[in-house]
Amino acid sequence: MAGASPKAEARAPILRMREVDKTFNGQVVALRRMSLEVREGDFISLLGPSGCGKSTALRLIAGLMPPTLGRLEWEGEASADDIGVVFQEPTLMPWATVEKNVYLPFRLRGQRFSSVRDRIHEALALVGLEKFANSYPRELSGGMKMRVSIARAMVTRPRLILMDEPFAALDEMTRQKLNDDLLALKATTGSTVIFVTHSVFESVFLSDRILVMAARPGRVISEIEVDEPYPRGIEWRTSKRYGELARVTSDKLNSALHHEEGLVA
Amino acid sequence: MSVTHDTPVAPTADEQGSGPLFDADEERRARKRRIEEIAKYVIPMTVMALAIWYWDRLVVWNEIEPYILPRPGLVISTLIEDWDTLSQSLLVTLQITGLALAVAVIGGVGLAVLFSLSRFAEMSFSPFAVILQVTPIVSIAPLIFIYVENRLIGLLLCAWIVAFFPILANTTLGLKSSDHNLRDLFTIYRANRWQRLIHLQLPSALPYFLGGLKIAGGLALIGAVVAEYVAGTGGIGSGLAFRILEAGYRLQIPRMFAALLLIAATGVIIYATTSLISHLALRKWHESALKRE
Repeated sequence: MAGASPKAEARAPILRMREVDKTFNGQVVALRRMSLEVREGDFISLLGPSGCGKSTALRLIAGLMPPTLGRLEWEGEASADDIGVVFQEPTLMPWATVEKNVYLPFRLRGQRFSSVRDRIHEALALVGLEKFANSYPRELSGGMKMRVSIARAMVTRPRLILMDEPFAALDEMTRQKLNDDLLALKATTGSTVIFVTHSVFESVFLSDRILVMAARPGRVISEIEVDEPYPRGIEWRTSKRYGELARVTSDKLNSALHHEEGLVA
Repeated sequence: MSVTHDTPVAPTADEQGSGPLFDADEERRARKRRIEEIAKYVIPMTVMALAIWYWDRLVVWNEIEPYILPRPGLVISTLIEDWDTLSQSLLVTLQITGLALAVAVIGGVGLAVLFSLSRFAEMSFSPFAVILQVTPIVSIAPLIFIYVENRLIGLLLCAWIVAFFPILANTTLGLKSSDHNLRDLFTIYRANRWQRLIHLQLPSALPYFLGGLKIAGGLALIGAVVAEYVAGTGGIGSGLAFRILEAGYRLQIPRMFAALLLIAATGVIIYATTSLISHLALRKWHESALKRE
């Protein structure tokens, strides 16, 4: 764990990945020897080209499949039952209204709507959609649907939120707005997030730790600490430190691509 | 940002004033929409009226006898005259069709749910469903009437065999086609089988089921009519198909047409009803019910 600040060490760990391998069909190595420690309040980005296993890592953490080798250890009261997920697509139920979509995690735990209505509306207010509680997903824009998806992931106040390239399919302006809002959300809720992305700028802007990954086989090749404290304002995007870190991260990502070519040749 | 108009029809800022902005193309499209809105009803009705008129003229011009081809007016007056008998028969046919459709919905959806819960059940029973479907009902019906004593049950069985397959096939497909990310989400939230079925698979299958229902409604009527042709016995409690057969033997061609008219009307009403149900159930969320904006 090189580069973790003392402040980070003081926070309680939630999850440890130890030397995790994932192999498909006994031959495709999607992930090799990945280790990761997630502490409360972390915002970790997994950054890399397609095929580097970043989504695989997320699916392992979500418990959607078991690792081939290695271990995933949940610490304290944290568990795989206590996570929120945001996919690349909004993944809403088209037949249900916005509030009923956000209600889903509670519904599947057997909680009545009336008992959690306030929390649902609170989550919708956090993403600025309280007026759309009774709308159907089709009435919303792509960015708004994504906000509903974020509200659904946060509504149970999970220990860990996983985001798999959530804004990749959105246009640049919507994407920037949602990045700003995600930072604001992070400041108000203090959520712990693992964020998969292939955008250097997004990872530097949002996270306090970036794991740069390479493909074939998927693995972590370097870790970058973003030493800007939260809450981060919008001026962060234009600061000098942001530019420097973006350059460093970009270089690492290029070397990840280089690694890949080296292996092929 | 500067906008350059290079089409000559675009008015300048002075001409526009403060009123709403319509360019020529938009006006043309609005006019076309208005015309289509009216034509949607007027054209089919006119063509239908013309066809009936031509039918009438054909009979008059060629001096065709009513027992070969009756005039449309005669068909209508026969329908009114024989209404007592015909309405009784209509009721019977409707009853069989409705019951068969209801049982097909219950059986089709039930079996589809069973298939989705157990792959082994699907492997075991789907061959039977396919065999029943691909064997023409006219060829099974005589056997059914040998084995089944009760005539009504026999008719019901025939209509059900024809109607249930589209519901089964469509619902099975629908239950399998829920969004895979949503399925992952349900797994992450530790949903059990029933929760998954009720909150994810059944709603996903609804549009498919309703598509199947539209087809099954028509097929139930066809099944009921065909079965009655095969059953052949008459008397009280016989449906429209028997009335057609009977009228044919007696050379009461106008009555044949009247009964035929009732069957066709029933089919249209069934189709309209199932379409309406489908529209009401899906209008809020499904792609098929959306108007493009």
